[in-house]
Amino acid sequence: MHDHLLSLLIWLPIAAGIVVLLLGDRNIVAGRWFALAASLVTLALCVPLVHGFSSHTAAMQFVEKAAWIPRFHANYGLGVDGISMPLVVLTAFMTVPVIIAGWQGITKRPAQYFAAFLIMEGLMNGVFSATDALLFYFFWEAMLIPMFLIIGIWGGPRRVYATIKFFLYTFLGSVFMLAALIYMYLKAGSYSIAAFQALPLTLVEQRWIFAAFLLAFAVKVPMWPVHTWLPDAHVEAPTGGSVILAAIMLKMGGYGFLRFSLPIVPDACRQLDGLMITLSLIAIIYIGFVALVQQDMKKLIAYSSIAHMGIVTLGAFLVYAIVASSGTTLDAGMGLDGAMVQMVSHGLISGALFLCVGVLYDRMHSRQIADYGGVVNTMPLFAGFMVLFALANTGLPGTSGFVGEFLVILASFKASFWYSALAALTLILAAGYTLWLVKRVVFGPIANDHVAKLTDLNGREFLILGVLAVAVLLLGVWPEPLLKVMEPSIQHLVAQAAATKIPV
Amino acid sequence: MPDSMMNLHTFAAAVPEMYLAAALCVVLLFEAFVGERRPGSTGTLTLLLLVIGAGLTVQFADVTQRVVLFDGSYVADPLAYVLKLAGFLTVAVGLLYSRTYLQNRDILKGEYYALSLSALLGIFVLISANSLLTVYLGVELLALSVYAMVAFDRESGVAAEAAMKYFVLGSIASGMLLYGMSIVYGLTGTLSLDGIAVALSAPHNLGVILGLTFIVVAVAFKLGAVPFHMWLPDVYDGAPTSVTLFVGTAPKIGYFALALRLLAHGLAGVTVDWAAMLVPLAVLTLIVGNVVAIAQTNIKRMLAYSTIAHVGFIVLGFASGTADGYSAALYYTLVYVLMALGFFGVVILASRKGFEADQLEHYKGLYRRDPLLALAMAMLMFSTAGVPPFVGFWAKLRIIQALWETQHLWLVVIAVLMSVVGAFYYLRVVKLMYFDEAPESLPDTVRSFGVRLALGINAAAVLVLGILPAPLLELCARVLH
Repeated sequence: MHDHLLSLLIWLPIAAGIVVLLLGDRNIVAGRWFALAASLVTLALCVPLVHGFSSHTAAMQFVEKAAWIPRFHANYGLGVDGISMPLVVLTAFMTVPVIIAGWQGITKRPAQYFAAFLIMEGLMNGVFSATDALLFYFFWEAMLIPMFLIIGIWGGPRRVYATIKFFLYTFLGSVFMLAALIYMYLKAGSYSIAAFQALPLTLVEQRWIFAAFLLAFAVKVPMWPVHTWLPDAHVEAPTGGSVILAAIMLKMGGYGFLRFSLPIVPDACRQLDGLMITLSLIAIIYIGFVALVQQDMKKLIAYSSIAHMGIVTLGAFLVYAIVASSGTTLDAGMGLDGAMVQMVSHGLISGALFLCVGVLYDRMHSRQIADYGGVVNTMPLFAGFMVLFALANTGLPGTSGFVGEFLVILASFKASFWYSALAALTLILAAGYTLWLVKRVVFGPIANDHVAKLTDLNGREFLILGVLAVAVLLLGVWPEPLLKVMEPSIQHLVAQAAATKIPV
Repeated sequence: MPDSMMNLHTFAAAVPEMYLAAALCVVLLFEAFVGERRPGSTGTLTLLLLVIGAGLTVQFADVTQRVVLFDGSYVADPLAYVLKLAGFLTVAVGLLYSRTYLQNRDILKGEYYALSLSALLGIFVLISANSLLTVYLGVELLALSVYAMVAFDRESGVAAEAAMKYFVLGSIASGMLLYGMSIVYGLTGTLSLDGIAVALSAPHNLGVILGLTFIVVAVAFKLGAVPFHMWLPDVYDGAPTSVTLFVGTAPKIGYFALALRLLAHGLAGVTVDWAAMLVPLAVLTLIVGNVVAIAQTNIKRMLAYSTIAHVGFIVLGFASGTADGYSAALYYTLVYVLMALGFFGVVILASRKGFEADQLEHYKGLYRRDPLLALAMAMLMFSTAGVPPFVGFWAKLRIIQALWETQHLWLVVIAVLMSVVGAFYYLRVVKLMYFDEAPESLPDTVRSFGVRLALGINAAAVLVLGILPAPLLELCARVLH
């Protein structure tokens, strides 16, 4: 089974999704259980993945390779290293609560709903485990279709606007990446990402390719100023859609920077890292302020996501500044470590927060902060979880949110005092908007009759929030296994990013 | 007369054309004696004849190398073999989709099938043309058959208007083609494309450019490239949908062959010149097609402008002026024909007696009324937009690759930008079908099992060829290298 583990992780959920689709809305009870079973089996497949993963090498593991399009040297190539493996596990992990969260709440075309999420899961696993650029692009774009349908069919009142904006924005970003990939294929004679990483490129070429990658990944992350699709998409998406969007899809942008930009065009990255750091800091500070004034809970969390992803891009592009100021590559991995931990952690926390909003929305059908107040009086259990995740979002030590932010801020200190001073503002701003949100929604006297009639979490909701809470705390107090798994790959990435590819 | 001319084996490669001409006569006779009494039987016979024709083509026309017949005016090569098989398949599937539609409009007549076959014969002549005369013969045979098909519904004023426009403008284009050919003939002294290719390999003069210009205009007109596209939306919109389906599919194969035989082969010596002429045409075509499609409310007109946009991509393949570019254009053409069969098939199936599903709003909430039809249409729309995992993605990829190979940076940028613009109006169709509710009770879609199965296979092919694109890509590259 080890030989085809990654293929299974991709195709099993897709096949299961098709089965659920065929079962249809009439057999939805069976369909739901089948969807849940499929997502659990996929998660179970991560056990041999983690267990069999060697954290002593930066090489790709669980490698699969088959000819796909021989004439154009494109392979069905799969493999994971320390950077992609945690993201595959995160994808499998987050799909389970999404399936459970839609259990009763989705009454409109439920079979398609569960099928869409299962197919998404397979495609996202494909993105993270492709070692062939064409295959990567194939999954990267294919994923837009289920998400387009999820927002468009099960979304809120302005769903059509939001979903078309989402699709076109990401499509526009991606097509230039495709053009860059084809260009590199013609130079390298292969679509393998490893071949691209080894391909010598002049600075001019690197700058153009960097720009194409930036467009694709910055839209996905999203970075300021191409972030405007995200608040719309999040607000209109159903709870499950928001969770997957925040927890996994945004990570693809970050993953793209680590897998493509830094190793393939290191010289352009070195030259333009100031731009990237500036954009990241703008995301952290400016978007933090924007989050502060939101009236809509989902929008607030969406802006908070953009700010937190700013930490990720900051961490990723600190490499050069650290090398420049310390003269060695010894500490350069710290920012990347932080970026990776932040991605995993943000996946858990933002997913959990969107699920919390979903719990409230299911009961009150409102996302407006003003409609709430004093929820703790009627929903004490829920309040406990909400406060925990909110604190994790602010980066409280002991939660996973702390580890990533701390590593990145520490790394930025090594690069420049001013970077760290500005980046550290995130701690204050995040505390500001998140705790104020909690204060207005959860605490205080009961605001109105609707809140007075609220019922606390049911078993299903308790289960998913509980599991996520455990994960957030576990990663917070014991991040060592994750860091250890990543270490060789991060070191390898630092070496690649610090090298020069300009032909002499 | 040389002995070899008497040997029937020599003509084996030309069996598809000879068979088709005979089949045409059979259909006409059958219609006269049997078809009148049993409406629909001619259609069944035609489908049968097409299947037999495909079988005979596989048997006789599968040549491994170039065979030149009839004193150099006819050529059979692996490319022709592939295109002819595609032609048989396309026309057969198109006629299968159209049957109920023709019946509902009382135009299920034998002549419709006879005209389809003669149009197909024209396409075949074009595919195998190796002299200017054969090219012209094919162009006219195809065009005249199609003019008549557009006007086939005698009750319809719009159709008559469309046919008239098509006829007048098409005749001008034919005139252009003839004029250009006459200049080239005057300069080279030969009608054979092989001969012209040899004669024009020397440094060219202004006269050649003049003749070339007329030829390029005619080819652009036939393909529907801007600014010679004016006929296309009117014809697509005005013709009965089954004819739109026909016009939108099989002739594209013929006109691809026209461009390939005339420009890429006969005028290969002046590739630089015609490629330079095609570049602005392609850019204009891409921009006008995609942008104007956004403004359409009629789905047939929208698909017409979408066709124009796709023609832009095909012309870009030619504009690269390399074998790889032609192979990309071939792949694009075949993929486009497959998708066009599908989406016009959906338009046909969504229409009923007395009801044309030709407005975009007729597709509102199609998901609820007919999930299978909506699913097929959604797959086809995503494919035409060029989104993986569907086959349309590979078609665009091949064109972009061909442009990169020839260092056309700005064409790459325009091509990818325009594919994003195009995505918008395809997504809108998906939006109408899946996100909107049906406004009032629209009539049911056609539920005939066989046709739906064919459409299902058609849509599935778009997905399967998208996930496993290697065989078709390989085939297209092989026949042109």
